[in-house]
Amino acid sequence: MSNYPKPDAATLLEIYRKAALIKINDERIIKQMTAGRLVMPYYSVRGQEIIPSSISVSLDDDDYICTIYRGIHDMIAKGFPLGEMWAELAGRATGTCKGKGGPMHLTCPSKGMMVTTGIVGSSMPIAVGLGWAAQLDGKSRVSVANFGDGAANIGAFHESLNMAALFKLPVIFVCQNNRYAEHTSFADSTLIDRISVRAAGYGMPGVTVDGNDPEEMYGAARVAIERARAGEGPTLIEAMTYRFNGHVIGDAGKYMDKAEYAAAQEADPVPRFRSRLIADGIATEEQLAAIEAEHAAAVDEAVAAALAAPWPDEAELKRDVFAEEIA
Amino acid sequence: MTETTKMNIIQAVNLAMADAMEADPKVLALGEEVADKQEGGVVGVTKGLSSRFGTDRVKSTPISEQAIIGAAIGAAVGGYKPVAEIMLMNFMAVCMDMITNHAAKLRFMSGGQTGVPIVIRTMTGAGFGTGGQHCDYTEAWFAHTAGLKVVAPSNPDDAYGLMRAAIDDPDPVIFIENIPSYWTPGEVTKQVVPIGKAKVVREGTDVTIIGHSLMITHALSVAEELAKDGVSVEIIDLRTISPWDKETVLASVAKTGRAIVVHEAVRQFGIGAEIAATITEELFTTLKAPVKRLGAAFSAVPFSKPLETAFAPQPAVIAEAARVLAKA
Repeated sequence: MSNYPKPDAATLLEIYRKAALIKINDERIIKQMTAGRLVMPYYSVRGQEIIPSSISVSLDDDDYICTIYRGIHDMIAKGFPLGEMWAELAGRATGTCKGKGGPMHLTCPSKGMMVTTGIVGSSMPIAVGLGWAAQLDGKSRVSVANFGDGAANIGAFHESLNMAALFKLPVIFVCQNNRYAEHTSFADSTLIDRISVRAAGYGMPGVTVDGNDPEEMYGAARVAIERARAGEGPTLIEAMTYRFNGHVIGDAGKYMDKAEYAAAQEADPVPRFRSRLIADGIATEEQLAAIEAEHAAAVDEAVAAALAAPWPDEAELKRDVFAEEIA
Repeated sequence: MTETTKMNIIQAVNLAMADAMEADPKVLALGEEVADKQEGGVVGVTKGLSSRFGTDRVKSTPISEQAIIGAAIGAAVGGYKPVAEIMLMNFMAVCMDMITNHAAKLRFMSGGQTGVPIVIRTMTGAGFGTGGQHCDYTEAWFAHTAGLKVVAPSNPDDAYGLMRAAIDDPDPVIFIENIPSYWTPGEVTKQVVPIGKAKVVREGTDVTIIGHSLMITHALSVAEELAKDGVSVEIIDLRTISPWDKETVLASVAKTGRAIVVHEAVRQFGIGAEIAATITEELFTTLKAPVKRLGAAFSAVPFSKPLETAFAPQPAVIAEAARVLAKA
């Protein structure tokens, strides 16, 4: 969309910095799982890196996000500390949730990452409540709800969009349409071709953008975030993307269309963005390589520390069930 | 002497919410029809709150149970203390994901980084011919979920005190209001009733009756009747269903050697099973008879008046059980 605000060179570089970290982190997780050093359910985010990277450059630590089991990219883009994240993935006592939440429940309130849910669709009602809290606080804070195309067919989507619009809450609903809801293609679950048209049914703006295009994604998010900060209410953004792996690591994705899959891989958004930054003279090959090397070192350090960290004590079963420890 | 005021449960809950909202600007209320434009709730529990505290803090919502509880959870995680109303307890089924997967678990799953200090008010209770989907007691669903607290006042004084405690509590509390008891007046002391503390509402030596909500009203009338026949009944009002007050219950049953646990929920897998099992585990050798469980029939709540009456434990059934047990 031509009338969207455009990211400047520094912002584009920042978006790349985040996207590259998400990609490297994802690759390291799969590597550690394959090597048997990390045992967990993992919902890969490869292919979806550009979406949260382009949104979060317009967010502060004070802004809230809620995400889902496939949400580690949203977390990294918002600034989740890698060491605590990896310790949590490894189920260690030093994890951000003391090893009690795991990959599907990463939480980091100091960076505004309030809830990660393992239930399809459940990020939205809670993000509405955070939007209400933000509205009451009166500090122009916003609340971002991330979810997938599958979640747009759950009742919580309808209830949340209606309530957010009714109360003019500062919520940005980000539907990351990666074309697959678990094993079911978008076309096999939804007759309309754009989820964003549903926004009109709730009295809010709705847009479909190429989520793999950093400029378009940045522009749409910027408009929605500014609208929310100005007290004008919520927006639904449908960010088109593609899931590069099966639903969960271990699922080979045999149900995915081969030609479509090959085309998506060919258009891998992170290397494509990388080439563009160099071609447009925004960064040099050396600069980007240095960023990537820095990320790789940081992730490797986090992995090593996590795998060497202690397991949680069994007494943790009685802690945090309630504020007061169970006797 | 503590100064008291006579009021019913509706007024007591209303007063507790108003006092809490006055004391702390972070206390909020939301739910279907809770604001004054919609008459402050179907029986008027929240009447006057939106006029006094504004519709930013007291929000009538669409009929959207998932979004109501989600909004409460989000606001709580964002630093507020919402009191959400799910009009009827059966409607809790519509938002069980938000309650049991999220409100109950976020503290644990986040390793204590977040908490969900919400109160979910809900009303229920058979007796008005509302049939199978408007008056069930489903407290066992919530008592079975780690991370939730469940309270159920039987009188206006406890309704006030438990609501104040529930709002102050750092964890999610399910607050169950019994519909048939709503309009019965009582003295209200405006004292906070600690969560997790039962109350011996009548002392006795032969049989302990343990229950909550309307069953306490029934038990009190039964105790009067049995006293005439020389059977001395002790009654424990649980007030908090989870975490329940084992100490008070066990102390009483250790004394009487006989226990009846009674609730309006269906007997099968009800909270009475947990309480009876604990009494048996702890006091097996001092019991004079097996612990008796009384609960509703294992059916949906029926509509037809005679069936509805036969469905849940009535005073006559409780009295008969107590008489039989007292002879053991």
